[in-house]
Amino acid sequence: MSDVSLRLDVLKTYKLYVGGKFPRSESGRVYEVTDSKGQWLANAPLGTRKDTRDAVVAARAAVKGWSGTTAYNRGQVLYRVAEMLQGRREQFAAEVAAAEGLGVKKAAALVDAAIDRWVWYAGWTDKVAQVAGNANPVAGPYFNLSTPEPTGVVGVLAPQAGHGFSFLGLVSVLAPVIATGNTAVVAAAAEAPLPALSLGEVLATSDLPGGVVNVLSGRTADIAPTLASHQDVNGLDLTGAVHQDGPGSPAALEAAAAETLKRVLRPAADPAAADWTQAPGTKRLTSFLETKTVWHPMGI
Amino acid sequence: MSTLAAHAPGAAGSGLADVAASEASLRRFLHGLPGVDQVGLEARAATLGTRSIKTTAKAYAIDLAISMIDLTTLEGADTVGKVRSLCIKGRNPDPSDPTTPRVAAICVYPDMVATAKEALRGTDIQVASVATAFPAGRAALPVKLADTADAVAAGADEIDMVIDRGAFLSGRYLDVFNEITAVKEACRRPDGTSAHLKVIFETGELQTYDNVRRASWLAMLAGADFIKTSTGKVAVNATPPVTLLMLEAVRDFRAATGVQVGVKPAGGIKTTKDAMKYLVMVNETLGDDWLSPHWFRFGASSLLNDLLMQRQKLTTGRYSGPDYVTVD
Amino acid sequence: MAKNTKKTDAPVAQAPRGGLFTYAPAPESPAAAGDIATSYGHFIGGEFVDSSGSEALKTVNPATEQVLAEFAQGTGEDVDRAVAAARRAFADWSALPGSERAKYLFRIARIVQERSRELAVLESIDNGKPIRETRDFDVPMVAAWFFYYAGWADKLDYAGYGPNPKPVGVAAQVIPWNFPLMMLAWKIAPALATGNTVVLKPAETTPLTALRFAEICRQAGLPKGVVNIVTGDGRTGAALTAHPDVDKVAFTGSTPVGRSIARQLAGTRTKLSLELGGKAANIVFDDAPIDQAVEGIVNGIFFNQGHVCCAGSRLLVQESVQDEFLEALKRRMSTLRVGDPLDKNTDIGAINSSAQLSRITELTDAGEAEGAERWSPSCDLPGTGYWFRPTLFTGVSQAHRIAREEIFGPVLSVLTFRTPAEAVEKANNTPYGLSAGIWTEKGSRILWTASRLKAGVVWANTFNKFDPASPFGGYKESGYGREGGRHGLEPYLNVEARDV
Repeated sequence: MSDVSLRLDVLKTYKLYVGGKFPRSESGRVYEVTDSKGQWLANAPLGTRKDTRDAVVAARAAVKGWSGTTAYNRGQVLYRVAEMLQGRREQFAAEVAAAEGLGVKKAAALVDAAIDRWVWYAGWTDKVAQVAGNANPVAGPYFNLSTPEPTGVVGVLAPQAGHGFSFLGLVSVLAPVIATGNTAVVAAAAEAPLPALSLGEVLATSDLPGGVVNVLSGRTADIAPTLASHQDVNGLDLTGAVHQDGPGSPAALEAAAAETLKRVLRPAADPAAADWTQAPGTKRLTSFLETKTVWHPMGI
Repeated sequence: MSTLAAHAPGAAGSGLADVAASEASLRRFLHGLPGVDQVGLEARAATLGTRSIKTTAKAYAIDLAISMIDLTTLEGADTVGKVRSLCIKGRNPDPSDPTTPRVAAICVYPDMVATAKEALRGTDIQVASVATAFPAGRAALPVKLADTADAVAAGADEIDMVIDRGAFLSGRYLDVFNEITAVKEACRRPDGTSAHLKVIFETGELQTYDNVRRASWLAMLAGADFIKTSTGKVAVNATPPVTLLMLEAVRDFRAATGVQVGVKPAGGIKTTKDAMKYLVMVNETLGDDWLSPHWFRFGASSLLNDLLMQRQKLTTGRYSGPDYVTVD
Repeated sequence: MAKNTKKTDAPVAQAPRGGLFTYAPAPESPAAAGDIATSYGHFIGGEFVDSSGSEALKTVNPATEQVLAEFAQGTGEDVDRAVAAARRAFADWSALPGSERAKYLFRIARIVQERSRELAVLESIDNGKPIRETRDFDVPMVAAWFFYYAGWADKLDYAGYGPNPKPVGVAAQVIPWNFPLMMLAWKIAPALATGNTVVLKPAETTPLTALRFAEICRQAGLPKGVVNIVTGDGRTGAALTAHPDVDKVAFTGSTPVGRSIARQLAGTRTKLSLELGGKAANIVFDDAPIDQAVEGIVNGIFFNQGHVCCAGSRLLVQESVQDEFLEALKRRMSTLRVGDPLDKNTDIGAINSSAQLSRITELTDAGEAEGAERWSPSCDLPGTGYWFRPTLFTGVSQAHRIAREEIFGPVLSVLTFRTPAEAVEKANNTPYGLSAGIWTEKGSRILWTASRLKAGVVWANTFNKFDPASPFGGYKESGYGREGGRHGLEPYLNVEARDV
């Protein structure tokens, strides 16, 4: 009975993060999230098709402001997120440890890597146009410039496997999407959504405008097909599409995305083999960019 | 002079009569004209230049071009003899073929007007005289007016004046306007008729197409009967795009005022192929209304012989050579 | 048949025009197209071979409706053979030093230039487009494309796609009929420069210049199997794009077909780039350089009979200048010369096929039925062949079919706007996003507008300009991937293996 004298922890109610707010699922339902050994950790909201729709609406509404802000400013905002993450390092380490079955030290290293990755992408905002853009020497009296622009709303299926997937992996797929000015609807890893839901809390207290990132937990097989078929979604990152068949399979999602010719980033051949601690390239930064080429005559 | 500034004689009766009421209103009007995109204008002129004019169309165009020539000699070395022989050439360009049309005018300096008038007696070939301290135009206004009046008195049918490019480029549009109206007044003959006034812009010195459009409207508002590109005395003379722009200006001016103004590209038009390009531009920009010597002229000298050689080729089927046309 | 397509009994000839200065016919000689065989097989493994099947299609001159040649309807077996030939050739071709690959492409560019007249005439006959365009645009652009990408072949390490970029493998390329040889060049030049081998299917109404290009490959000594040409209709195309041994699919054509290819390839590892339809807005502000804007609008929609995916098919004109502008536009349209494509003075040639003519007719009829006001300049059309007068619709609203659907013909829909924000909103109000035009003298307004248009190519104070150095491709349902420029290399390179 010595426990009686100890203080009882206040548990967190995890919520979705949509449009800068923390709604419960419109279904009113939750599902149990367990650690890697099956121990109950928390209840997560069971995001539905309607929640997904609301998230897309919020993401669309945020496109104009976020893509219209200066790249310098986007970098500042993203760096601010890294600062906020640093302050919550221990919390994320605990969540990652539980989600991936790692010791706290290893989990903390993954969180550090995730924070550093966020910083890496924060620095990309005002460089990507210089790397991916071009002045084109056309054969005529024209000024001709190609610049990358964000494609718009991107559905992101967060990784569900691979070393560091639950948080470092999440950051690795999300940060490049928004660094370039897109807005995102993230389907959190179904079995390990807590780092993603907590990230929503961090984003809400950074300077990131509401709606730029929206986080949904729930069954990927519910959320992903809704994103894939939604006509107001421009791009789809299938990294976390792990079902081999059914409506949540990469093939089905890509086929659904084909109806509006979404830009699709296919999942790795073997998602479980992914090592999210590897140094990233620029593929994820450039996958959801549109190259716009502007011509203008040169004359007097 | 101030009364001349009060209204635009070229636009009498239209809504534009008051644009020259002040320097400010004139500037506002000229700067309110639509801009000209250099690349687009030049591309359009180049495309029209690819028209392929063959057989009957070519025969028509060659004769039309000959009839539109202001056959020109504007040299310090001009003599009575030179001008006379040019007039004879103008009357009968190809002695071997009497069906060859005559030219539109002989264009000379004022002191040669009487000679040309005499040599052209009995024809309806016009005598055009440059005036107003041609080609630079750098003289006091009374001198320019006297120059003009002298040419008119000597019998000139047409006066080719130059604008004061210095005034234009420094933005003194009203000065340019007033000078044109004054010269127009000096073109008046005692019997109340007037010599036709061609206004030369020296487009090569105006540099930009926007300036050419403004100069075109300025001159038309001031009463020009013709607008003309160049003196032939500077590095850049008539070009297809600058002429196309002036064709568009006379088209728009007629639409705005009902007054039709002629266009004369001058300088650098040497070959039949060149002339065809200009006529195609007239045809596709303005159409039949301008396809006559009353409304379109070529200021040229060597062009005539190339047209004649091409004409002979069409007639005989053989290529001609310089020995088969007369030097002047 | 709509009144607009009423035929006269005149033979193919420049429609007679009134006026003092009437251009005499200036026809290019059809014989300059060189010998056209009565029937063609495929070009596989460096040889012209018969199809495994017996079905043959016919290609007609759309200006005369005369059959030019028969050609094979490619079978699944034909496609297998072609893909196998490309696969066999891939190992050696991709292993060649880039500098050697480059020289083959330079050779091809030179031979195209040498044979430019022949190719221009052949293209005009098979497609119906004016000789002025094939001569001054299509064929020079083909040579330029090969020249440009030739130079990339040995510089790929510097293209910004990471170290040691690799070719993808065998590329399946399906191209449309609107710029047959130019589309071939857009596809083949970057694919070969990056070390891929290709199987290309030209459109079923315009196979002849692709087959002639096969001869050029032979003259250039291109290794066998590097370029394979399989002819046929959509069935052949579907067999090719779905082929399991293809590593890369590049398609230019309609959005519905592009969508079906994207569905087909879902769940595979095949790379895909799509260049699809468009419904471009050409925005004219009240301070536009009016004469050049009129030219740009005319060029934007009547170039190549409007058979252009990036055609400026929606004119958005500011209300304050619409009367003046439309008057100028109509005046200019009245000088367009419709008729014999081989006449050097023809501005608008024949519609490519009777099917396309029907499509244009159907949509323009719908435009009238929906209440838009139709106008065309009066001009006689030749008695045989497929023709359509340049057509203008005013009083068009965003809801009209002619404002939303790609007509792919010489038909311009005119809408108006009051403010720049409204112009942008209307311009972007389409599932397409290929191109757009802006006409204004104010530089800052150009940049403001351009940054807000959801279009892959924005032409400001110009329109329908193309260059091998300039990336081309769309937003949204106009497809993905870029052709041209450094960006045009990416679809043909395996650039980063990392998934992180």
